[in-house]
Amino acid sequence: MATKQGFFSRLFDGKHAVISIPYFWFIMLAAIPILIILKISLSEMQGTSVSNMIDWSNGWPKLTLNFSSYQFIFSDSLYLKTYLSSIQYALLTTLICLVIGYPFAYFMARSPKHLQPMLLMLIMLPFWTSFLLRIYAWKTLLENNGIINNALMSLGVIDTPIAMMNTSFSLMVGMVYSYLPFMILPLYANLSKLDIRYLEAAADLGTSPFKAFWLITVPLSKAGIIAGSMLVFIPTIGEYVIPELLGGSSTLMIGRVLWNEFFSNNDWPMASAVAVVMILLILVPMAIYNKSQAEAEAK
Amino acid sequence: MSQATNNKIFSNLWMVVVYLFLYLPILTLVVYSFNDSKLISTWTHASLRWYEALIKDDDLISAVLLSLKIAGISALMSVFFGTFTAFALNRYKRFKGRTLLSSMASMPLVMPDVIVGLSLLLMIISVQHWLGFPDKGLFTILLGHALLGTAYATVVVTSRLREMDGRLDEAAMDLGCKPWQVFHLVTFPLLLPALVSAFLLTFTLSFDDVVLSSFLSGPGYSTMPMVIFSRARLGLNPTINAVATVTIVVVTCAVIASSFYTSHQARKRKREEAQAYSDSNK
Repeated sequence: MATKQGFFSRLFDGKHAVISIPYFWFIMLAAIPILIILKISLSEMQGTSVSNMIDWSNGWPKLTLNFSSYQFIFSDSLYLKTYLSSIQYALLTTLICLVIGYPFAYFMARSPKHLQPMLLMLIMLPFWTSFLLRIYAWKTLLENNGIINNALMSLGVIDTPIAMMNTSFSLMVGMVYSYLPFMILPLYANLSKLDIRYLEAAADLGTSPFKAFWLITVPLSKAGIIAGSMLVFIPTIGEYVIPELLGGSSTLMIGRVLWNEFFSNNDWPMASAVAVVMILLILVPMAIYNKSQAEAEAK
Repeated sequence: MSQATNNKIFSNLWMVVVYLFLYLPILTLVVYSFNDSKLISTWTHASLRWYEALIKDDDLISAVLLSLKIAGISALMSVFFGTFTAFALNRYKRFKGRTLLSSMASMPLVMPDVIVGLSLLLMIISVQHWLGFPDKGLFTILLGHALLGTAYATVVVTSRLREMDGRLDEAAMDLGCKPWQVFHLVTFPLLLPALVSAFLLTFTLSFDDVVLSSFLSGPGYSTMPMVIFSRARLGLNPTINAVATVTIVVVTCAVIASSFYTSHQARKRKREEAQAYSDSNK
């Protein structure tokens, strides 16, 4: 009896209650769902439901793994092309965000101290207004009869509207626009801590500002560059809303393929297999991000 | 002109252009919500026509009410579970499965929405096969939003817990407080600002979400973003501009009010600390 009592008092002491509540929550809603898509990705559709992976009809369990969805993904060139183009769009978005965001964060960190909280606030304020509505706004700007084309035509710069909507250009505008703050914030956090005396020392030793920037500022802000790039790259790979609203049918993104497999084709195993491959793709940049965060924390 | 002034002009110009880029879409939404023309891009004259249409738009109004309800409840759930997660990860540094908990807690942050939505939906369908409930609808949307929100709330509460002085808890215990009294009298008041900002953040996330809701919603449950998304897919619709302007005004007021409140609280705490010091020195 004594052990039983010990078990119950341990179960209900503070520490175990505090740990078990979030554990239960995340096991139910994060871990089990991922195992379920893994399971469904290895079965096939039978009518409107999914085949059973474990067959009990002979009295003992018989495990059937069905790799047809994966075989289809790796043999059909359209899926491979879509994965590749998702990676390309995500890489390009990351690069453009870095090129725009790095100088911005650098200038922001160098601006007068009393202005910096306000400048930071202005970067974060758009976060609080709906992401969906801001993407929709780009539609009104970029359409053939949209605001930008109308403005350019009335100024006489162009005679016929430039086709910007439903191209990779409009997709890139939407993605860079949405994820630019995710690049700027970690870069700013990093650059504002940069010790200015290193640069002064370099100047005293006769290094030109341009050279000092590349030899000192950029290497010292490596952690910020990695964090910002991963925070942009990881979510853009699986983005659905932006390509759906701004990309048109010609831009291939894997998030849309998953959506269509599930909602239009009702093919659950295929949608799950697409998801599993996407998770594997994301694991690499995630590992890089976690490593750089751990290194930054250890410092 | 000197090199230094040139650099200054260049850096200011760069910042102004980026801010314009960030605010241009928001400005367009607001300005064109007052445009009378049905064609979104040709300005005819100012009118409140689309606001009238908005008031009469029952589908949209009921979607807004549903979204507010979901955002409120799921934000409370997120703060509740997020606080527990943050405590488990920060107050107990060593326990079996800590790494598993911390990676599960960051999973919704890094996974694309489509994967979180799909995996949750397939899990819910399996449970439904097995137990006969839950049906897709309000409850399932709440679960999805609360899962995403918990991950964000954990981050917010964790950063506050790290700043907090653990010695205050120890002092309270030394003075004879029971554990729940320590929480009630010391930890909770110190944590409150972080809980408020976690609530606001997760409320906004839920109010904005379209992907999770689309996966998890059932017939009769369309949130505001779902309605806007389905209309935006079909084309341009000036009523959306009117909704956008209303939400922008509300959000801006809330952000300004909350930043006033936080700075007021900080000043008040400084005054009280100074008071306590001068009292103890008497």
